[in-house]
Amino acid sequence: MIKKILILLLIFIPINAYALIEVDITRGNLNPLPLAVSPLSIDEVSRKSFEKILKKENIGSEISNIVENNLRTSGLFNPLDKKAFLQAPDIANLKPRFEDWNLIKAQALITGKVNYVDDKLRVEFRLWDVLAAKEMMALAFTTVPNNWRRVGHIISDKVYERLTGEKGYFDTRIIYVSEEGPKTQRIKKLAIMDQDGANNKFLTLGNELVLTPRFNPASQMITYLSYFKNMPRVYLLDIETGTQEVVGDFPGMTFAPRFSPDGKKIIMSFAKDGKSDIYTMDLENRIVEKITNHPSIDTSPSYSPDGKYITFNSDRSGYQQIYVMKNDGSDVKRISFGNGLYGTPVWSPRGDLIAFTKLHKGKFYIGVMRTDGSGERLLTENYYQEAPSWSPNGRVLIFYRETKTNSKGEGFSAKLWSIDLTGYNERKIKTPTDASDPSWSSLLSN
Amino acid sequence: MRLNKILKNTLLVLMACLVLTACATKKEVATDIQGQMQGDVYTGTDTVKYLAEGVPDRVFFATNESILTTASRETLRAQAAWLRKNPGINVVLEGHADERGTREYNLALGERRANAAKDYLMTYGISSDRITVLSYGKERPVDSGSNPLAWSKNRRSVTVKAN
Repeated sequence: MIKKILILLLIFIPINAYALIEVDITRGNLNPLPLAVSPLSIDEVSRKSFEKILKKENIGSEISNIVENNLRTSGLFNPLDKKAFLQAPDIANLKPRFEDWNLIKAQALITGKVNYVDDKLRVEFRLWDVLAAKEMMALAFTTVPNNWRRVGHIISDKVYERLTGEKGYFDTRIIYVSEEGPKTQRIKKLAIMDQDGANNKFLTLGNELVLTPRFNPASQMITYLSYFKNMPRVYLLDIETGTQEVVGDFPGMTFAPRFSPDGKKIIMSFAKDGKSDIYTMDLENRIVEKITNHPSIDTSPSYSPDGKYITFNSDRSGYQQIYVMKNDGSDVKRISFGNGLYGTPVWSPRGDLIAFTKLHKGKFYIGVMRTDGSGERLLTENYYQEAPSWSPNGRVLIFYRETKTNSKGEGFSAKLWSIDLTGYNERKIKTPTDASDPSWSSLLSN
Repeated sequence: MRLNKILKNTLLVLMACLVLTACATKKEVATDIQGQMQGDVYTGTDTVKYLAEGVPDRVFFATNESILTTASRETLRAQAAWLRKNPGINVVLEGHADERGTREYNLALGERRANAAKDYLMTYGISSDRITVLSYGKERPVDSGSNPLAWSKNRRSVTVKAN
């Protein structure tokens, strides 16, 4: 108990009047920072204009709801009930009465204003430190009205960054596989949505089986596996234009694709004669390089963020384990040595950790280890779960989880979940259908 | 009215019988499950189809394995004989894995299993030109149950006529 209080003091009590609040995101946050998200104020003319264009009664409240929801689901913040707010939004944005916000125990306050200017949406917002009675940040954006959700995400990212010292992950999208129908004849489609589940859109019709879509970290391109014409091969898809193409000319199955960190190469497996090796293809000059050459199954490759190393799983030891090698295939080292099988390694965008799936004694775990294999930490245990994908700031993992099916074929579901690197804040992500194989995009705006 | 009553009584008796037999079959099935696997390789027949009389279409594998069992080799020899007799027929070998593995590894494992079957057919004189390998990983189970028997049925390589 004393320890807990100490930690709290360390994090939240400013050392002097000028030291501003800070949130520590490196440990499980059992006491999220209480903050107030005042609805963005809006004048009547602007309100009516946006109501006409966007069919939203009060766009100021809608944007602040997005901010509030993002900050809450991060697990680091506790947005307070708006009913307790004493100060009107428009006045608070000019000059907060800090004693009022202090009274309801808010440590930070977000205020703002929305205007309709030349057919555009103009949003300004301010972040205030209530205890220090100081403005921490003030920013304004102008954009087309249809971008209103993204404005909410960008504000959330700015607030997150200012209070934690690290980039946020709210102005991002998730690409995943939507699933429907009986388990023996599953219909799968590529789908994309905002990180908070809004704007869900299907990218394929479900005529052929599609698996494992992954974002290019540098553009709005994805790579995935499609069974088009019953030939499982890696494809590229430009989300903006809808153009698709096969990657490389391989006489057999290519699978497990991912982009290099600069987005210029695809790394994937090619299966032939019972062995699977890792290859890369340069997207500019189309040159294909063979990276591993072993009679085993080498698959699920993932680059380190500097592009110098590759982690992958292989059963060359007899069972599926995780390895790291240089990007030319040399210097292969096994890094997983715990009990059980290890697969789907993905390098953290921060570079320090590798997330993985582990199967041990009939249970599946999502875990992380250092890139030399030390410091293994299991974050979550379940009947079946796999395929972790990192948030762009390397603080959250998204993965999918399946439930058991009884002998009548009932009870099956597949859903997306997220969990913090700390092992706390596990959340189910709402999707219109069952879902699997999630991949997190980079920040859309920087 | 009286007839109705008689009918009703008979129905009750019949239903009682059904309940009893249902119990009896249940027990039999339970013992059957034991008899349907050797180690964890499926040895039953309820998912097996036939390419021709006496020519089963599929072989089964142990968890994470692609080694052909004695029974699998016998099945594949029958398939090779049938293919030799029918030189106009080409086949697709569809390799599958159970749901207890990561998706990408399972795709590779399905490919390895189908290739084990392909290699064996080739040693019995079937040209590789007549054989296409297609892995489905864990995407197309025959039994959707989450239990060891269902998984054993799903770890398979199925020979399908391509034309």
